[in-house]
Amino acid sequence: MTGGVNSFQVSGYGPERAGWTRLLARDSLARRMDWPILLSAIALSLLGSLLVYSATRNRTELNQGDPYYFLVRHWLNTGIGLALMVGAIWLGHRALRTAVPLLYGASVFLILLVLTPLGSTINGAHSWIKLPGGFSLQPSEFVKITIILGMAMLLAARVDAGDKPYPDHRTVLQALGLAVVPMLIVMLMPDLGSVMVMVVIVLGVLLASGASNRWIFGLMSAGAIGAVTVWQIGILDEYQINRFAAFANPELDPAGVGYNTNQARIAIGSGGLTGSGLFQGSQTTGQFVPEQQTDFVFTVAGEELGFVGGALIIALLGIILWRACRIARDTTDLYGTVVAAGIVAWFGFQTFENIGMTLGIMPVTGLPLPFVSYGGSSMFATWLAVGLLQSIKLQRPMSA
Amino acid sequence: MTNIPETGRNLRVQIRLVVIQVLVISLLGTLGGRLWYLQIREGDQYAKEASGNHVQQVVQPAVRGSILDARGVALADNETRLVVSASRTDLMKMKDDGKAVLTKLAGVLGMKPADVEQKVRLCNAETPQPCWNGSPYQPIPITDEATPKQALQIRERAEDFPGITAEPQALRRYTSPGKANTAQVLGYLSPVTDEEIQKAQDSSSPYLRSDMVGRSGLERQYDKQLRGKAGVTRYEVDKLGRVLGQAEADPAQPGANLVTSIDSRVQRIAEYELNEAMKEARKQHDRNTNRNYEADSGAVVVMEAKTGRVVAMASNPTYDPNAWVGGISAKDYAALTGKDSNYPLLNRAIQGQSAPGSIFKVIPTAAAINAGYSFEGPYECSSSYSIGGQVFKNFESQSFGGISLGRALEVSCDTVFYRLSHEEWKRDGGNKPKKNPNDWFYKTSHQFGLGEETGIDLPNEVTGRVPDRQWKKDYWTANKDSWCKYGKKDGSYAEKIAYENCLEGNRLRAGDSVNYSIGQGDTLVTPIQMASIYAALANGGTLYHPTVGKAVISPDGKTVEEIEPKAHGKLPMTKKTLAQIDEALEGVATRGTAAWRFGGWPQDEIPMHAKTGTAEVHGKQTTSWFATYTKDYSIVMTISQGGTGSGASGPAVRNIYNALYGVSEDGEIDKKRALLPTPQKNLPTVRTDGTIQSPKISKDPAKDRATPSPGASTPQDAPADPQQTGTTPSPENTNRDTRRRDRRRGGAPRPADGRTRRRARTGTRRTTS
Repeated sequence: MTGGVNSFQVSGYGPERAGWTRLLARDSLARRMDWPILLSAIALSLLGSLLVYSATRNRTELNQGDPYYFLVRHWLNTGIGLALMVGAIWLGHRALRTAVPLLYGASVFLILLVLTPLGSTINGAHSWIKLPGGFSLQPSEFVKITIILGMAMLLAARVDAGDKPYPDHRTVLQALGLAVVPMLIVMLMPDLGSVMVMVVIVLGVLLASGASNRWIFGLMSAGAIGAVTVWQIGILDEYQINRFAAFANPELDPAGVGYNTNQARIAIGSGGLTGSGLFQGSQTTGQFVPEQQTDFVFTVAGEELGFVGGALIIALLGIILWRACRIARDTTDLYGTVVAAGIVAWFGFQTFENIGMTLGIMPVTGLPLPFVSYGGSSMFATWLAVGLLQSIKLQRPMSA
Repeated sequence: MTNIPETGRNLRVQIRLVVIQVLVISLLGTLGGRLWYLQIREGDQYAKEASGNHVQQVVQPAVRGSILDARGVALADNETRLVVSASRTDLMKMKDDGKAVLTKLAGVLGMKPADVEQKVRLCNAETPQPCWNGSPYQPIPITDEATPKQALQIRERAEDFPGITAEPQALRRYTSPGKANTAQVLGYLSPVTDEEIQKAQDSSSPYLRSDMVGRSGLERQYDKQLRGKAGVTRYEVDKLGRVLGQAEADPAQPGANLVTSIDSRVQRIAEYELNEAMKEARKQHDRNTNRNYEADSGAVVVMEAKTGRVVAMASNPTYDPNAWVGGISAKDYAALTGKDSNYPLLNRAIQGQSAPGSIFKVIPTAAAINAGYSFEGPYECSSSYSIGGQVFKNFESQSFGGISLGRALEVSCDTVFYRLSHEEWKRDGGNKPKKNPNDWFYKTSHQFGLGEETGIDLPNEVTGRVPDRQWKKDYWTANKDSWCKYGKKDGSYAEKIAYENCLEGNRLRAGDSVNYSIGQGDTLVTPIQMASIYAALANGGTLYHPTVGKAVISPDGKTVEEIEPKAHGKLPMTKKTLAQIDEALEGVATRGTAAWRFGGWPQDEIPMHAKTGTAEVHGKQTTSWFATYTKDYSIVMTISQGGTGSGASGPAVRNIYNALYGVSEDGEIDKKRALLPTPQKNLPTVRTDGTIQSPKISKDPAKDRATPSPGASTPQDAPADPQQTGTTPSPENTNRDTRRRDRRRGGAPRPADGRTRRRARTGTRRTTS
């Protein structure tokens, strides 16, 4: 591994090739890209933009009088995300490996910044940094990537060097330490949803790294005990507990806490097989579901596109996850495997949690649906992850 | 996957990756399954919940149909008033729940801010009136009496008054054309109650929260036709109640117009004359009680004789039906229904019942014929008639010798009817009645339609009462316990009566039959019943269900649903008997007890028939009854505690006839001044645009007539009321109120007119002709 190597050169493409020929050559970059992932992600982003538009075109208090406000921004975010993906491919995940300490440090700095007066609170979660020009940044989204990259770097270093078949306990401890620091900070925000995602990422990363079973089961039990402890000693805010209580019994308080879940379920349930038609949903138009352009965006699909639309979103995410698993398994170096597996854990859990809460089978937490939910930071982070997946796939032959 | 990595990728990682993959796919599968469950299996349920979530109804009230008189003059219509309303949903969107706007509005309207706020708050268990009982999505009326200036202020500064509208709206108006207020016949409206909404929920005409419902009179009887159908617009609203779009709209269908047979001019005159007659009666001294007549209530019915249609129906005391419009105030309500109100809401023409006195006598006349007595007689009109030790006297103890039944009607001879009734009673077994007694006198009453509703198209008509054997039995069963407890053999008058009733109140006694024969005793009738009977006498014997409604005309005038007069029976008499009674009643008007009231009447052109009645009521002054008919009309008037039949009611009835036919005081007929010489046949025209062709009506038809107001002064050379003066009239021009007295109680000097309390064995009633 040498740092800062241009991936195009590494891949062995000469500058003499040009245009479509080069693009369509059997071993070309375009040919070897994982198109199912890319196309699914683009499809989800575009579909997401329509759903976000549907949910916000009437919300004058949010869209500042411009019904296309969120639509345009979603496209913009997607565009920036695509650019970030290209950048990630350009750099390559191995090149990034050398930059991991820097990236990790930067992301931790940013989440620390959130705890300072610079941070701001949105929907009960103090996890944002307001930027000039009406933008805001949610650093915890990027921490998810740096945890994956950092842990992968530590765990795979000696294995990829051929020193050991599996990461040893010391390495695992170091990796855990690396993950725990930002997790604690995020916990303080408090952004419980992100912490949950990070826990799942850590488990996925460790699982894929080949760490001892003892670590896996030990951590799972520790997690369970930790969760109970957290519950008991009351670190959680009341609204967070209420969300869980309402999850357990949504009829508990239909006007209060249970309102979200109830209205979300009514919206989805009323969609039927084919839905009420895009922009025709009464629950959506009537703004009965809160946070519908972000956390509850799936309800728009459920109501307006019905089972067909909802299942399509799940299927597209399924394609991404399936291909990501393939990439993880097909990659020759453990670093790539672990990174890919970490992304699978991240996307998989976030998808399940986000859609699950709208369907009433998971408690409500503030997590976006990858690609579909409106939100710059999460969009950028997920597209970066796509870039990493592509990079892992593209670099495979070189290791061969 | 088969491609094992060349780098010797260890199996553990490979297996774990497969585990992750399986886990991820199964989680996604779970989501898909749950999605299917919610959307496909339970979808309908959620769809229903969703629609309940976001659809709100707004009701546009239907314009209520007008109530028209026979010529198309509106008796009740709608007027446009400037109504200022507030939209609750708009107010609630404001930071202070619209408080500032309402305060500003109160300033413009000159109301107290607190009052305005109370009007827009929603009613619930804890909120006392005033509060808004309707849908929160319905604009809530703040006032219906805004001036155009106020409305302009609100509209021009719409930005200062968000959620406030000032718009003209249709409200019920009782127009009182030519001062005819027709209150009890028209009835009134009040808001629908929760119970009614519940009850009518699944019927073909469900109520809306905002509906006004007819509570009495025609408004109630024809409520369904008049009400129309309110328009409902269903709006899709968002979570905050903001309107997103119109889902569905049923336009309001205005109610149909009801054409009545009432002629507002005649109605006005009837009301006016009744009131004047009562005022006049209050000036008259009653020698029996030694105070002026109270004339506490009265009623008059003018009926088309050939159809049973009601041309005028007045009840006194009366009220202003507009008091109900826009919600009645507590004060007004107390004034209309309180203990001291004398119940002006009652329509005494159909809800007031009292003993008919001598106007009843046509019934025993027919009964006697049916029982086999001859019309001609002669029957002894003695000065008194005694049964056992009990003596029933004729008026003034007068005697006319042997006379026919016709003459007995003319002079209102009581003893003739006493004798006949008593004889029949004896024939039926007397105190030991036969198994199947003929009961001619009672049967005939039922055949005349007494003791049951006439079936007029007005609600809550009362039945009156025929005190026959069955009723005696039922009444005794219901009351014997208290009678037997209270009664004492040698107690006070009331105790003695109770004692007698306890012993034998279940039987029809001789005294009962005697009292009954002249419309006294327990006999009760309503003015509408008597009007129907006298109309039947006029039309050849057909009893009609009286009607006020004549036709229901759709708002565009295109469909006309006529309400045909319906006969329900024939008077139980032959043509010959009818003619004989008819002649006798003409005799009453020309030379009998009513003649002094019809002096100068053009009898040849317009044959007048009449019967007077002065009924005694225990503990009260006499009830005046006057029943009359011509070829086309029958008019019956009664005044409670008003004096004698012809004395109190006579001039009023004469004046109504004068107006109908255009007869002047000296008997000249001026056709131009006749209001309604023949009943109104044609229905008024409702044009397709909903306007109604109607004649102009003068300010007050009662004042248009040059004749001096009747109650105020009796016709110039008409004699003073012979009943009052006690003069003995000649047989040719007589008015006789026959009196009977109970010899056992008698002895005390009697008032000059011979009126006296009489105690039959039943004891509680007094009789007169």
